[in-house]
Amino acid sequence: MGKLNDLTITQARDGLAAGDFSAVELTDDCITAMEAARDLNIFITETPDIARDRAAQSDARRAKGEVVGAMDGVPIAMKDLFCTDGTLTTAASHILDGFTPPYESTVSQNLRDAGAVMLGKTNLDEFAMGSANMTSYYGPVKNPWVGANGEDLVPGGSSGGSVSAVAAHVCPGATGTDTGGSIRQPASLCGVVGLKPTYGRCSRWGIVAFASSLDQAGPFARTVLDSAIMLGAMAGHDPKDSTSAPVAVPDFEAAITGDIKGLKVGIPKEYTLDGMPSEIQDLWDRGAAWLTEQGAEIKPVSLPHTKYALPAYYIVAPAEASSNLARYDGVRYGLRVDGDSLDEMYENTRGEGFGAEVRRRVMIGAYVLSAGYYDAYYVKAQQVRTIILDEFNQVFQDVDVLLTPTAPNAAFPIGAKMDDPVAMYLNDVFTVPANMAGLPAISVPSGLDSDGLPLGLQIVAKPFDEETMFRAADVLERAAEFSALPKYLGGQ
Amino acid sequence: MSLDREDVRKIAFLARIKIDEAELEPLAGELNGIIGWVEQLSEVDTEGVKPMTSVAEMIAPQRVDEITDGNVAEKVLSNAPDRAKDFFAVPKVVE
Amino acid sequence: MAYILAGETGDWEVVVGLEVHAQVMSNAKLFSGSPTAFGAEPNTQVSLVDAAMPGMLPVINAVCVEQAVRTGLGLQAQINLHSVFERKNYFYADLPQGYQISQYLHPVVGEGTVILDMPDGEAREIGIERLHMEQDAGKSMHDQDPKRSFIDLNRAGVCLMEIVSKPDLRSPEEAGIYVRKIRSILRYLGTCDGNMEQGSMRADVNVSVRHPGETEYRTRAEIKNVNSVRFIMQAIEVEAARQVEVWEDGGEVVQETRLFDANRGETRSMRVKEFAHDYRYFPDPDLLPLDLDQSFVDEVAKALPELPDAKKDRFVADNGLSAYDAGVLVADRETAEYFEAVATGRDAKQAVNWLTTNLFGALNAASLGISESPIRAEHLGELLDLLADGTISSRIAKDVFEEMFATSKGAEEIVEAKGLKQITDTGAIEAAVDEAIAANPDQADEVRAGNGKAIGWFVGQVMKTTGGKANPQAVNQMLRDKLGG
Repeated sequence: MGKLNDLTITQARDGLAAGDFSAVELTDDCITAMEAARDLNIFITETPDIARDRAAQSDARRAKGEVVGAMDGVPIAMKDLFCTDGTLTTAASHILDGFTPPYESTVSQNLRDAGAVMLGKTNLDEFAMGSANMTSYYGPVKNPWVGANGEDLVPGGSSGGSVSAVAAHVCPGATGTDTGGSIRQPASLCGVVGLKPTYGRCSRWGIVAFASSLDQAGPFARTVLDSAIMLGAMAGHDPKDSTSAPVAVPDFEAAITGDIKGLKVGIPKEYTLDGMPSEIQDLWDRGAAWLTEQGAEIKPVSLPHTKYALPAYYIVAPAEASSNLARYDGVRYGLRVDGDSLDEMYENTRGEGFGAEVRRRVMIGAYVLSAGYYDAYYVKAQQVRTIILDEFNQVFQDVDVLLTPTAPNAAFPIGAKMDDPVAMYLNDVFTVPANMAGLPAISVPSGLDSDGLPLGLQIVAKPFDEETMFRAADVLERAAEFSALPKYLGGQ
Repeated sequence: MSLDREDVRKIAFLARIKIDEAELEPLAGELNGIIGWVEQLSEVDTEGVKPMTSVAEMIAPQRVDEITDGNVAEKVLSNAPDRAKDFFAVPKVVE
Repeated sequence: MAYILAGETGDWEVVVGLEVHAQVMSNAKLFSGSPTAFGAEPNTQVSLVDAAMPGMLPVINAVCVEQAVRTGLGLQAQINLHSVFERKNYFYADLPQGYQISQYLHPVVGEGTVILDMPDGEAREIGIERLHMEQDAGKSMHDQDPKRSFIDLNRAGVCLMEIVSKPDLRSPEEAGIYVRKIRSILRYLGTCDGNMEQGSMRADVNVSVRHPGETEYRTRAEIKNVNSVRFIMQAIEVEAARQVEVWEDGGEVVQETRLFDANRGETRSMRVKEFAHDYRYFPDPDLLPLDLDQSFVDEVAKALPELPDAKKDRFVADNGLSAYDAGVLVADRETAEYFEAVATGRDAKQAVNWLTTNLFGALNAASLGISESPIRAEHLGELLDLLADGTISSRIAKDVFEEMFATSKGAEEIVEAKGLKQITDTGAIEAAVDEAIAANPDQADEVRAGNGKAIGWFVGQVMKTTGGKANPQAVNQMLRDKLGG
């Protein structure tokens, strides 16, 4: 056995239960790993004292026989988009300088109640807007995997810090949020598991809002089983969130039976892009074969409007964001840059406080909602969204899940694709449709490209059918046998 | 639907974000690039299609009319950049 | 009766539409659980949601929905079973979210009608365009510091009903009557307390002018946040005059927002950048559409109290009151209920008189409202009963009334305690009359001589000696019998 931070959630749970080590010992190893990984710029705020304190409480509970669940004593990293009581929360933005929430988000509270131990707040793209963690006020995050020529690579985004924490074995689990692919795409680029549950499965209360109709919290972990355990601890109805679904949380772990005989897997033809690297197509085909070998039935399906999901997303998400970010005005929290008048104070504060990508999206959002353009852009995009949802519903009458690649490429060098915003947006082409339709989707590390960089495959399931999603993903994971390690851990 | 620097200036005002003069033109270019790309939606036939109101298929939850909150002035004011006693202070507004 | 401004180029009429903002009576705010009561210490009735902290979300208050539906029904309006909350995006210090959650394309209530009882007896129908729910904003104070404004968010998030009239009003007076009628209806329904001084009801006033006979409306100006009926009427007067002058000078009225300056008696422009009014409305993605069941609306309708118009018609029909008297009584729900408690089973006209002449007079003099009346309705009823069955005379009744007002005691109690029962016993009256005649022989001769006025004087004497308790009619009759004349 290596250092305790190399353990998965399941291994940690078993080890703690067996008394092989304490939660404090486990946490100490993760804290050491956190400190050693500082060059990757994973954390905006390290919280080792909180971590040790919560680990000690976990051990005390365990000693009394009062273990609260599978996550009790498990160290996790928390994306700095979740408001944490008494701990700096920045959304990786200058405009939230010094913001210390006097409240805890529902999801992070759920994890706390489940006994999880918070190591720190992880770096992300500013206000979750990005696909490479390049827009953070706190600087980029490095992927633990490096390029063929040793270049620093992006970990994906927006949840770049969380994904790297898990990929670099700082801790076994981390929280992310996924609005257009911000959990799944990084998971694919870093060789770990990442999922977005059904819209409404996790509460959005206390998560700094980006795009309200799309945002969902989700876990990063190193195995599908781990991610199921962690999602179980995060999810649940919240009356403080009007969009939170009043449905019970199933036992996700129990859903992983290993049996997919008769499972109907759809392969949507529109996910084959012009110019897509052949190795991605090959991996996709291999994935289909793996599932077939385990008794699944592959069916070609069609989602004709797939390609319009991304441009529609880049109308709806900025529109909602432009309104959600209006509260960052220097009056009640965060940065204030003075001005001679109220409007000047607003303009100075927001001009200085927001980074370039956030500014772009807020302005696109204001534009597409403005008089004369609302119908042509915003309404149109919402109509396209209805069409996309209808197409998924149709297809799901014939199949149980869909299998697609997660991302159109592996991790790319830090600094690349920064000249043209649209080039960066295209990273989300396979992930965005599930957000637009509110569907649960997971990325499973499935292979390496010719540069030895991770590639993921995505399973998309029906609303509130994470159980089937986990069941299929687990089979995929076992067939893929992905065991490569990043350079950071001595691999590659 | 091409934006020029004046359009950018107006949008920046609506969004209350200060943009330096020198940035107006390049920003217009970036925004035009994005808008030009999303314009492809006009290819889609959306005749008779209802705009999506929510992916969540549920009824709007309603709260009981009870006082369950408030009386947390310290929490509310705790992060204020400029606090004046129990008020938020801002540059004076002339109506 | 038309309100006409005479200009150099001809006559002008004024066209007015009102947007009344009425704070809903509820314990908690529209989208958060903070209290709504007036007058609390700053920022103590503010939740994290009201303060728009990062990650906060709205959840709708069921009672606010009900109150809006109830009000719609009271305005005889269409209830829209499907309505949508939309965000109205703009920046202001008292608007923490940077947007107001309101309703735009799909309000909860559609078209309705309000009937105005004009002083000339005419009934004017004013159209209601719509009613929607929205959040109220916080309050800014600009006079506490030389360089800064202070923000109190206590009011931010309180539920407002915005009641929009059609541009059917044609004079300041009509506008005043309209606002009073709306206020009355809302108070009857219990959906808003209508307290304009405290700000629970205020109005935006849309004013335009045109020559009588013109079919199109000319450009209007909006005077925002007028918080008294008097100011609303004044604002219309001065704004209409201002607009007439603009047109007559060859200019054009500009569509703009103005403020009424009560001290100067004028309106002034708020001078906002033109495109700043682009509110970029879109459906709030944190909320789902509001879909109501018809059965819910029917339940609310069934439980509606009797409204002023219906009550007025009933008072006229059942109690034979004049439309005017009935109108005065029903204007305020408490007054109407007081009247009914007094008038039921009694002479309604008597009840009206005692109420409007005696009680209102006493209350006004003491600056009290009917709900603070020292005289309870049952007690006033008692007084009328004692009058009706002759136990006391009307003169005594007035004294008893004053005593009741001063002490809050019942009529019977006072009459008993002070021994004020009318003397109807003929023997006792005769004794008093004889005594008076014997004591005043010269005046007795006057009466015998045919001087009718002297009888009145004798009646007065007898009333004095009997402490006002003798029945004046009986005394009068007896004097005539004894003295002739």
